[in-house]
Amino acid sequence: MSITRRSFLKNTLMGAAATTVPLTALKFLSPAETRAAVENSGVRWAFLVDTYKCVGCGFCVMACKKENEIPLDVPVTRTWVERYVVTKDGESHIDTPKGGQEGYTENSIRGEKIDPDDIKKAFFVPKLCNQCDNPPCVQVCPVGATYQTKDGVVLVDRTWCIGCGYCIMACPYGVRFFHPEHKVAEKCTFCYHRLVKGMKTACVDACPFGARKVCDLHDHSDPATQTILNERVAVLKDEYGTKPQVFYLGLDRNVR
Amino acid sequence: MRNHVLRPLYLAIAFVVLLLLVRQQIVPADFGVNGENFTYGYHRAGSIEDWKSFPIKYQGKEYCAGCHVEHYDSNMASSHRSIPCENCHGPARNHPETPATLEIDQGRHLCLRCHAGLPYPTSQRSELPAIDPEAHNPNMECILCHNPHKPSLEDM
Repeated sequence: MSITRRSFLKNTLMGAAATTVPLTALKFLSPAETRAAVENSGVRWAFLVDTYKCVGCGFCVMACKKENEIPLDVPVTRTWVERYVVTKDGESHIDTPKGGQEGYTENSIRGEKIDPDDIKKAFFVPKLCNQCDNPPCVQVCPVGATYQTKDGVVLVDRTWCIGCGYCIMACPYGVRFFHPEHKVAEKCTFCYHRLVKGMKTACVDACPFGARKVCDLHDHSDPATQTILNERVAVLKDEYGTKPQVFYLGLDRNVR
Repeated sequence: MRNHVLRPLYLAIAFVVLLLLVRQQIVPADFGVNGENFTYGYHRAGSIEDWKSFPIKYQGKEYCAGCHVEHYDSNMASSHRSIPCENCHGPARNHPETPATLEIDQGRHLCLRCHAGLPYPTSQRSELPAIDPEAHNPNMECILCHNPHKPSLEDM
């Protein structure tokens, strides 16, 4: 076998080029990532909460309950607003009377008067279902009554749920509850019936301050999507690996 | 094989067949993975349609503007323009068919949701016009002095 000068130089150069390809360029994709790269996976609903804008009026909770037929006088709700008051001694005072459905009109928390001069920071945090990418509530359902739709929303089949309550226990965010009338597991649906008709969720429409936004993560023309992708947002209980899809602006370490 | 071995076997087979028949009757035809993954997508496909057909109650401000345009205009010109009509008037549902009239809640508690003063430095709440509910005309309805569609006192 003879080697010409031309082929020697060519092979040497090609070998050198091949070794310089960084290993990071060749990574293993999960099946889901491969599918997303190959097909157009469509819509992925997500939510953005701006805790700086929320004033604790509770109109969102009221609208959610009326839209989704949750009794007003029963202490269960699909979404709620929490109040956090951190005093100068470092103590945090947290409450959510009736889920905040009647708003916050008093300075006292659980009957405890708080001196306005003593407050270091105070804010409101709306909570709702995180519509996780890895929903633990769906994994534990023994009968297939709860599931994730193609566009990322976790729903409950009311005709199929046996009311065992496993999912209520499995949710790390405590967003599931037992529906007092239907006697099945109940949760925030991102107002799926409104989203599929091109409307916003009832809570988003009811918020006068723009503290709540619902958006499609794949629609990069949506300002809320841009905020989620480019701003400093946080999610709740990231360490659980549930991949929550409700993003918060201005989250405090007291909020869990 | 002996009869006493076969008879329980036939019984067991009949039991399994019965179970499969009952299962086929009870489980809906559209129940299954439906092209999704088994962990998160195992469900009855018709359930999604059930949720999609859930009735809408809150119709939005433009729906109200279709008839009540004068109220809509006065509200949109005021500082209350970001508040949806249905926050105070209740969900429109299929108004004017059902219900024919919406109950108007004129209670003080609606105003206090935003305007009861709370000394919260890091929240937008402290930037809103605020009153002390116990000192500012207690037990009187706000609408006796303030027009919720045009809340500014200069416009009164």
